[in-house]
Amino acid sequence: MTKHVPNLKAQKINGGVASDQRHDSAHKHVSGTAVYIDDMPEPAGTLHGCLGLSAATHATITRMDLSAVRAAPGVVDVLTAKDVPGENDISPTGRHDEPVLADGKVEFYGQPIFCVIAETREQARRATRLAKVEYKQLPFVTDIGELDPKKGKLVTPPLTLKRGDAAAAIKAAPHKLKGKMRVGGQEHFYLEGHIAMAVPGEDEDVTIYSSTQHPSEVQHMVSHALGVPSNAITVEIRRMGGGFGGKETQGNQFAALAAIAAKRHHRAVKIRPDRDDDMTATGKRHDFVVDYEVGFDDDGNILGVDFMFAARCGFSSDLSGPVTDRALFHCDNTYFWPAVHAQSAPLYTNTVSNTAFRGFGGPQGMVGAERVIDEVAFAVGKDPLEIRKKNFYGTSDRNVTPYHQTVEDNIIHRIIAELEASSNYERRRREIRAFNANSRFIKRGLALTPVKFGISFTATHYNQAGALVHVYTDGSVHLNHGGTEMGQGLYLKVAQVVAEEFQIDLDQVKITATTTGKVPNTSATAASSGSDLNGMAAQNGARQIKDRLTNFAAEKYQVPRDQVLFLPNRVRIGNQEIAFADLVKQAYMARIQLSAAGFYKTPKIHWNRDKGEGRPFYYFAYGASCSEVSVDTLTGEYVVERTDILHETGRSLNRAIDLGQIEGGFIQGMGWLTTEELWWDDKGRLRTHAPSTYKIPVASDRPKIFNVTLADWPEAHEPTVHRSKAVGEPPFPLGMSVLHALSDAVASVADHRICPRLDAPATPERVLMAIERLKAARPA
Amino acid sequence: MAKVKTRNEIRFILNGEDIALADVAPDATLLDWLRLDRTLRGTKEGCAEGDCGACTVLVGRLSAGRLVYESVNACIRFLGSLDATHVVTVEHLRGTGENLHPVQRAMVDFHGSQCGFCTPGFVMSLYALWMRSPDPSDAAIEKALQGNLCRCTGYEAIMRAARAISSYGKAAKDPLAAERKSITARLAALTDGARVEIGAGKARLIVPADADDLAKLLDKEPGATLVAGSTDVGLWVTKHMRDIAPAVFIGNLDGLCTISEDKGVISIGAGVTYSEAFATLSKRIPALGPLFDRIGGEQVRNMGTIGGNIANGSPIGDTPPPLIALGARLTLRRGGKRRTIPLEDFFVAYGKQDRRPGEFVEAVHVPVPAKATRFAVYKITKRRDEDITAALGAFHLTLARNGTVADIRIAYGGMASTPKRAFAVEKALLGKPWTEETVEAAMAEYASDFTPLTDMRASAEYRALAAKNLLLRFFVETTGTRAPFQVSRYEAAQ
Repeated sequence: MTKHVPNLKAQKINGGVASDQRHDSAHKHVSGTAVYIDDMPEPAGTLHGCLGLSAATHATITRMDLSAVRAAPGVVDVLTAKDVPGENDISPTGRHDEPVLADGKVEFYGQPIFCVIAETREQARRATRLAKVEYKQLPFVTDIGELDPKKGKLVTPPLTLKRGDAAAAIKAAPHKLKGKMRVGGQEHFYLEGHIAMAVPGEDEDVTIYSSTQHPSEVQHMVSHALGVPSNAITVEIRRMGGGFGGKETQGNQFAALAAIAAKRHHRAVKIRPDRDDDMTATGKRHDFVVDYEVGFDDDGNILGVDFMFAARCGFSSDLSGPVTDRALFHCDNTYFWPAVHAQSAPLYTNTVSNTAFRGFGGPQGMVGAERVIDEVAFAVGKDPLEIRKKNFYGTSDRNVTPYHQTVEDNIIHRIIAELEASSNYERRRREIRAFNANSRFIKRGLALTPVKFGISFTATHYNQAGALVHVYTDGSVHLNHGGTEMGQGLYLKVAQVVAEEFQIDLDQVKITATTTGKVPNTSATAASSGSDLNGMAAQNGARQIKDRLTNFAAEKYQVPRDQVLFLPNRVRIGNQEIAFADLVKQAYMARIQLSAAGFYKTPKIHWNRDKGEGRPFYYFAYGASCSEVSVDTLTGEYVVERTDILHETGRSLNRAIDLGQIEGGFIQGMGWLTTEELWWDDKGRLRTHAPSTYKIPVASDRPKIFNVTLADWPEAHEPTVHRSKAVGEPPFPLGMSVLHALSDAVASVADHRICPRLDAPATPERVLMAIERLKAARPA
Repeated sequence: MAKVKTRNEIRFILNGEDIALADVAPDATLLDWLRLDRTLRGTKEGCAEGDCGACTVLVGRLSAGRLVYESVNACIRFLGSLDATHVVTVEHLRGTGENLHPVQRAMVDFHGSQCGFCTPGFVMSLYALWMRSPDPSDAAIEKALQGNLCRCTGYEAIMRAARAISSYGKAAKDPLAAERKSITARLAALTDGARVEIGAGKARLIVPADADDLAKLLDKEPGATLVAGSTDVGLWVTKHMRDIAPAVFIGNLDGLCTISEDKGVISIGAGVTYSEAFATLSKRIPALGPLFDRIGGEQVRNMGTIGGNIANGSPIGDTPPPLIALGARLTLRRGGKRRTIPLEDFFVAYGKQDRRPGEFVEAVHVPVPAKATRFAVYKITKRRDEDITAALGAFHLTLARNGTVADIRIAYGGMASTPKRAFAVEKALLGKPWTEETVEAAMAEYASDFTPLTDMRASAEYRALAAKNLLLRFFVETTGTRAPFQVSRYEAAQ
C-alpha cells in the first residue's frame, strides 16, 4: 500500500457511509495473502489435536482402551473427560448439559470422547483410529417425526405465544383445515472449517486464536474448562472463512481442548478437524415438524391459527431455546393473525446438538406461515399471492404480532407492489398456465413470497456493544470493536462509520483483529446485529474523541464550539482550516486524551418470556422475491429459471456489500429448501458429512435470470446507525419463493386444486413423490 | 524390452522454481506439501476430497508435446504424480507493476469475495478458463466453476467478475503465456524417459517409464496400488488413511494416454483424463456431451480417467453404463499378454471385477453408434452439477424398417451393486413396435431387473420410479419432438 496523503481540499472523504466500498480484504482474498488461523506461522513446537468421536448413537462406554493411541508415533498426550481441569462443560446457556468430552456416556454418533495430541496433525489423525472403545447400546431417537411434541423429552423450556382465542376463532370459522410440514435442517458449510490455536503464556495465561463469531464466549468457556478466571484468557480472531451461525457456539470445544493441552505441555496446540469430523461433530440448523390448524373465510381471510413447532435440537440445549423462540416470533412472517396460538417443542434427540444458523429459527417459522397461506389459497381456489396480500399486516391497524409488539414500520405493501410489477407476475402467471397446458412433462411454477425479519437479539442483554478507538499523533486511527469478520463486510462498514465521524479518508482507519483484550464482554456477531451495534459503539467512541478535539480547538483558537467543523481530512476553526492530523498533533501536545471506549445499547426493547409479551425487536427488515422454476415431472429434476428480488436495508451504509449479502443469502436459503439434505441412517449416523454427499448450490444452480434490486426509498424507522438496517439474515428466507414455485409446478399436475404440501428440502425426489401423490389424488 | 533407466527423485517446477524431491512419501499430497513444507498458504484446504475447490492450483504438463495448464485439486493430488509438470499456485499470479493480475482485479472490483476462503481457488479456476477462453460464455464459466464451492456470494458477483476479466488484460500477454516456450523446454528436459523409484516398503513410490514398464512392474508386484487421476485413491488417503504403498503413478504415461479411432471404434487409453477423452468422444458421440459436463467438477475431470472410473468398479461410476449400452470392450494387460472382454463382463459383483493379479486396464474401445441408431444417457442427481449419481440410465436403440425394436441395449448405474444391463426390459421391447404402449409395458419389467437401495442420495422407491421414467423420456425424445424433455435453460421467448 502506498503511503496515504490526505486531500485537504476534498469535497467529500473517500469511503464514508453510503458509499460502495469493496471489501477491505478483497485484495488479500484474491491473492491468497489474507491470513486465516491455519495460515498463521505456528510457534516452534506446535502440537496438533484430533478428536476421537463416538461410534455409537446412544450408549454407555463400557471400556475405553487408548493404549494403542498413546503408543502411536508422534503422540504426546490423549485427553479424556477426567483431564479437563475445570468444569467439563461448554453449555453456552449455562444449562450444564454439554460436556467438552463425553464422560462415560455418549448421546450422538460422532460425539467427541477423547482428544489426541501429537507432533503433527497427520499423526494425531492416524492415532485416533487406534482407539478401542466398547459400548453398551441404549435406545435412541434421531427423527422428530417419531416423537409427540407434547410428550417428548425437551432440552429447554418451550415457549407459548398467544393473542386472542385461536381455538374459538378456528372453531367459528367458515372453513378450517389441519396439516403438517417437515422442514429440513442445514449444514453451515463454511468453507473454512473450525480451528483453534492455543498459545500458552506465563501463570494461567493462554491466548487463543479461534475461528469464532463469539470470542467472549470462547473466553468464558475456556476459563471454565481450565478453572481459571476470564482475565487469564485472551481470544483473538482477525477473520473467519465463513460463519453463518455455525461458529457462534461450536468453536468452544476446539478452543477448550487446545487450551487444556497447551497448558499441560507448555506448547502451542492447534486443532483443525477434518471436514467430515467438523460436519459430524458440530451442530446445524434445526429441522422442524410444523403442525398447523387454520380457520378462514370464503375469501381466504385468515381468522385464527394454531401452530406447534417441534424442533430436532439434538442431545443438549445449546441455543435451541432462543432458536425455537425465534421460530415462533416469525410464525407470522408478514401476516396478521387475528387470533393465534403458537407453541414450541425443543425436542431431545440423539443427534448432534443443533445450533445457530443465519435466521436462527426465523426462516423455519416463516416457512410454516407460508404453508398456511398456501393451504388457504388452494382451499379457496385463489392465487397464493392474493391470499398473501389479503392477510398482510396493516400499517395503522391489524398490526399487532403474536408477541404483542406493534409493527410500526411496515413497508411490505410497497415492496410487494413494486416487485409484482417489475417481475411481471400477472403476465407470467398467465403464460405459465398456457405453457403447462401444452407441455406434457415439463411444468413451470411461479411464486412470490414476502419477508419480514425481526432485528435484535431476543435475549435483551445481548443488545450491547463496545468499541475502542485510538487516534495516533499522525492522524491515523486504530479501530477495534466486539464484532467479528466472517466475510459480511462488518469491519468495513464500521470503519466507514468512523471515517465519516472524523471526516477522514477510509484508509486512515486501520481495522484490527477482534480480541477480548481490547473490547470485553462482547456479544456474538449474530442476529444480523453486527453493524447496528458495533457501528453505533464505534461512532460513540469517535464522537468522544471528536468532542475533546472540538473543545480543545475552541479553547486554543478562542472560537465558539460551533465554529469548529470537521471537514474532509481537515478541521475548520473559525476562519482557518488545518489538517486533521495537525489538530490531532496539537491536541496531543496539549495532553488531550486521544483514545476512547465507545458503547451502545439498543433502546426501547424488552421481552417478558413468561408472559410472551414485549418488544423483542427494535425494528423489522423487509424484502420479497419472485421465482419461476421448470420441473421435469418424470424425474422431479428442476431448474430455477428466474428470480426477482426487491429487498431493503434502510439507508444502506454500503450498497455493494448489502447486495452481496442479499444475493448470497438468497442462494443459501434456496439451497436449504432444495438440494441440501441431511440424512441419517437407521443406526443414527449422519451420512451426509462431506461435500460429496451434502450438496450446497454451485454456480450453475443460480437462477438463469437473477434480478436483485436494493430498494432505495426506505430509511430505518428508528434512529439506527445512519438510518441503515441489518442485512445478514433477512435475505435468507427470500429462498422461500423457490420452494413455493416448485410447489406451484407440482400443483399443476392436479390442476391447482390440491395443495401439494411439498416438504423441504424439495429435492428432486420429494418433488417427484409429491407429483405422484397429486396425480393419484387428482379428480378424474 | 529395453532396460529403462531409473531415477530417484521427482522433478517438477513450482511457480518459478525447479524442484527435485528425493524424499517423497507415496501418499504425500500436493496441498500438504505446499502449505506445510513450502508455507505457501494461499492455497486452502476446504474438504480434502476434491469437492470444494478451495485448494485449486494449476498443473501444466506436456500433452503430445504441447503445454497445457489444467486446474486440479491439490488436496487429492499426490506429489508423486507431478513428475515433469509445472505447478502454479495463487502466489504466482502477477499483474503489471503494483497491480494485481487481471483475474484478481476483476474479482476485487466486482465484489467476488466475501469471506475470501474459497477465493484463491476461484481465482485459479477462472485463470485456467481465461487462458484457454478469454471471452467465455456464461455456460462455460459455470462449467469451469462446477468444482468450486462458495457459501457467501451466491456466485452472481463471481460471474460478473468472470465476464469482465478480459477488460483488465489480455490472456495472450499473461506471464504464463509469455513463458510458454521456456516452460515447455524445461518440462521437455525433465521428461527423460526414466522410471522414478523412491523409498522402500511403506514408503515405496514408482512412476513407470511407460506402459510397457508398468506391465513389467505390475507383473512383479501385483499388489501395488495403481494411481491414475487419484480422484478416488486420493480419498483413500485423506479420508481413510489407508496405506497405498507401493504406489504406482500412471497418469500421463506414454502408451496409456492415447486416443485413436479405427473402423468406427474409438480406443481410449486408461490414462486419458476425462477432459481429454470427452473432447474426442463428445464430438463423435454427441449424446455423451451433456453427461460428461456433469461428471465431477472441472478439476476432477482434469485429473480423473475413464480407465479409473471403470477399474474401480463402482456401481455409481458415470461412464460404464453408457459405454456398456454402446457395446464397449475392455483390454486388460498383464506383462505382454492382453485380453479384450465386453465391458459389462468386467463387473462381476460389488467390489469385485474381472481383473487378475498383475493385470491392469489398458484401454477401453467404444464403437461409434451407427447413424440410424438412437443413443441417450440421463443422469439423475440431487444437485444438477458436480454430484454423484443417484441413478443413471443409458439407452441405445436400433429400429427396424417396420418400426419395431431391432436391437436395444439399456444399462444403468446406481440401481444395483454393479453397472448393469436391464435385460428384462430389453427383452420386453425387442421385436415390438416402438410405441408408448410397448414402452409402458416394458416399464413394468424394471422390477425384475433392479432392486435398488435406499441411501443418502435417494430412496429405493425414487430410484425405481425415476429409472423407469427415463425409458419414457427416451421414447418421447426418439419420436422427434423438439420439446425440452430434460429441464434446461429457459429460452426467454419475450
